[in-house]
Amino acid sequence: MNAVLASQAVENDPLIIAGKTYRSRLLVGTGKYRDLDETRRATEASGAEIITVALRRSNIGQSPNEPNLLDVLPPSRYTILPNTAGCYTVEDAIRTCRLARELLDGHDLVKLEVLGDAKTLFPDIPATLQAAEILVREGFKVMVYTSDDPLIAKRLEELGCVAVMPLAAPIGSGLGIRNPYNIRLIVENARVPILVDAGVGTASDAAIAMELGCDGVLMNTAIAGAKDPVLMAGAMKKAVEAGREAYRAGRIPRKAYASASSPLEGTFF
Amino acid sequence: MEIFVNGRPHTIPAECSVAQLLDELKLSGRLATEINREIVPSGHYVTRQLRSGDRVEIIRAVGGG
Repeated sequence: MNAVLASQAVENDPLIIAGKTYRSRLLVGTGKYRDLDETRRATEASGAEIITVALRRSNIGQSPNEPNLLDVLPPSRYTILPNTAGCYTVEDAIRTCRLARELLDGHDLVKLEVLGDAKTLFPDIPATLQAAEILVREGFKVMVYTSDDPLIAKRLEELGCVAVMPLAAPIGSGLGIRNPYNIRLIVENARVPILVDAGVGTASDAAIAMELGCDGVLMNTAIAGAKDPVLMAGAMKKAVEAGREAYRAGRIPRKAYASASSPLEGTFF
Repeated sequence: MEIFVNGRPHTIPAECSVAQLLDELKLSGRLATEINREIVPSGHYVTRQLRSGDRVEIIRAVGGG
């Protein structure tokens, strides 16, 4: 019964991105796993419906029969979100998105990231804005990785991005939500889904992102880099659900002093 | 004749389509192909002939965040 109620709570609160409805608010990357089997098991345990992939050169002459990522995680089951990871220029990002659309038979949902610096992997914001504008014009549905600057987030929304994804901390850093006030400001001002993308280290970070009102969380390293990625994937699933429900339930105000939980009347001592 | 496949020199017969190249490389499944930075739609693989010096990129999806 509790399980039924819990699943109803999720059913009545879908995430809608570019007109498509999702039950899971956890989006996961597919990089950094030991092998494809671990990728599959962790992805399944996460309950994610949207998964990111990267585009790279095919291996020429090296075991051509090795299984393909998209055979293990098929587009018939998952919404594939190709990313522009590793792109430092507008041109490379757009080229990657066009190839992704060809690879995925015209599928036009992409994760745009234009990086500005190899050490921090922080986004190059002027290039991100420029690439977003071009991609939207070309008919792509752009989910965009950006900094936690509320004005830039709004600008990306105005350019027509279908979701804005501020970083919580540098990619792969696991530092958690470094600026919750900015994330909250971004959420408050948004008319498109806001997803924290990057920086989550453990389950409580994901819960905090959701408690701030984010529509979802996208993560990769926090799961793939855990000692037991499949177990962590399950933890993240629960954390995102718990954080979302807590946000919807409305937390109590913080007070400086105690407020007794047991009645003061009727004491016999 | 000489072309470049994924950045490396590669020798192919004088008459060779994209489909024949992929066949020779034993590549199949979900791929995207560019010649000289222009996407070749998969429907054109059989008809599109390669020319000497063409720079071919054969792209696939891999794990990534």
